[in-house]
Amino acid sequence: MFPRPIEHSPRSWQLTYQAMLPAALILWLLPLLAVAVFSVKPDADFTTGNYWGVPSSFNFVENYGKVFFASDMPRYMLNSVLITVPTMIGCVVLSSMTGFALGVYKFRANLWVFFMFVAGNFVPFQILMVPVRDLTLDMGLYNTKTGLVLFHVAFQTGFCTLFMRNFIRALPFELIEAARVEGVAEWRIFWFVVLPLMKPALAAMAVLIFTFIWNDFFWAVVLTQGAESQPVTAGITSFNAQYRAAYHLMSAGSIVAALPPVAMFFLMQKHFIAGLTLGAVK
Amino acid sequence: MPSSIKAATPPSWYKRNEIAVTPWLFLLPGVAFFLLYVIFPIFQSINVSFYDWDGLGEAEWIGLGNYEELYWDDAFYVSLRNNLIWLVLYLLAVPAGLFIALFLNQTVTGIRLYKSLFFFPFVISQVVVGLVFTWFYDPTFGLLNEFIGLFGLGPINVLGDERYVTYGIIAAGIWPQTAYCMILYLTGLNAVDPEQIEAARLDGAKGARLLWHVIIPQLKPATFIAFVVTIIGALRSFDLISIMTNGGPFGESRVLSFYMFEVALSEYGFRMGYGASIAVVLFLIMLCFIAYFLYSMYQDDKGGR
Repeated sequence: MFPRPIEHSPRSWQLTYQAMLPAALILWLLPLLAVAVFSVKPDADFTTGNYWGVPSSFNFVENYGKVFFASDMPRYMLNSVLITVPTMIGCVVLSSMTGFALGVYKFRANLWVFFMFVAGNFVPFQILMVPVRDLTLDMGLYNTKTGLVLFHVAFQTGFCTLFMRNFIRALPFELIEAARVEGVAEWRIFWFVVLPLMKPALAAMAVLIFTFIWNDFFWAVVLTQGAESQPVTAGITSFNAQYRAAYHLMSAGSIVAALPPVAMFFLMQKHFIAGLTLGAVK
Repeated sequence: MPSSIKAATPPSWYKRNEIAVTPWLFLLPGVAFFLLYVIFPIFQSINVSFYDWDGLGEAEWIGLGNYEELYWDDAFYVSLRNNLIWLVLYLLAVPAGLFIALFLNQTVTGIRLYKSLFFFPFVISQVVVGLVFTWFYDPTFGLLNEFIGLFGLGPINVLGDERYVTYGIIAAGIWPQTAYCMILYLTGLNAVDPEQIEAARLDGAKGARLLWHVIIPQLKPATFIAFVVTIIGALRSFDLISIMTNGGPFGESRVLSFYMFEVALSEYGFRMGYGASIAVVLFLIMLCFIAYFLYSMYQDDKGGR
């Protein structure tokens, strides 16, 4: 193990290390902690200039209550859910199919199709912006959640295919050959042999897509406007305009907007990290 | 059904060609979607960049007119310069991530929770990161100025000063990116061969030399991915700029991706053709990296099945 395990070093250094950990963590998360403190302060603290002192009262319920009951925030959150979840499902369905095709079969165009997905996935968003916006307008889907979902599904399929194909390649190929010898139809091999083995990859991909799409800002701005379809990342700017200089409410709003992916991460940590670090080890 | 009859009927066309046809059936929906929304738009954008078009009326063919205008456009060079600064400084996230990973690669009580909490900034959206750092830099109450005030310095208005603004935004971007690189390296460190380390230690290698000659070579896959995601992230920077400064002050914090959006889709007018030409330039820069990534993946793939 590198660096040398701390158990093998002198007691004094062990204690120093134990003390350094929380200190480093606090320093690392300082900007976030500041926002968390802001979000429970009463309005009066900001007008009297008590920015960093102890909150004069603990206003958790008031501030977060206002975010949830006196603003468009719940609406934006719901929009985000209605955009994120269908995208997740769409990507998982499409890319388990493309990943299966590219991971199992040998045909001449295989690598080219694969590279098309990979290259497309790295492209800057701006080169897609004008045509995709036009396409969405032409389909009458501008400023709808559906328009956003369709684009996200298509774009994320690139990343997911890369992921799925590599995962399927690592599966024991003998299983598929054995099924073929038995005369099992190809689509049944997909459904009954490969898909059950892909469960961990499906879970990892679902959490990753959830986070990516929830946090998307650019496409939300390009393809939607207004509270009826905008997700929370775009909505928070209008929320902030509504509560300009009300830092306690803006902080509370930001924390609420950031929470779902954070919760997802902590609940599905193993899958999340497995997904992100795919390929980081040989 | 008696087996004699079954054997007599010739297998259907699909049955005979099952292995050749199935992959295409499975690829069809995904590929069609991807072509429609990603691949065709790239070419459409390239095409649009040769027109003068406001997005609604008739498009007028002007050949290389947009590119000629770019050549004389100071804002374009400011954005290009900032893109380069982003690219170079953003890569600091890679060694920073390695450093934190080395710091956290121990087995003490609660280390798992520490690792997750260090990873935290990557999970929250860039919009929130932008807001958080805007307040962090605020000249009247921001923590940064409170801190340097202790030394009798400041206040400095990081986001309002054209000299510092890009660096301020990059610092905000490096924060989550470092967390990502850290998690890549933590996973990589887990897979480092312990026997090699022991052998090197017996030979008297330790500290920085051990790290450089034994550990880092074994971390190569993690380093490769860290570089890929960091470079892509640097060239994609948009959210932070849009949230923190909206390109200002005086357009000094623009990058190509932001400038393109501003030209094509904001109150300054809908100049789709001009915007598309900026996007094409950004695309060409990215293409160099994409080609390199694909090339190394291809080399890798030849070794595999």
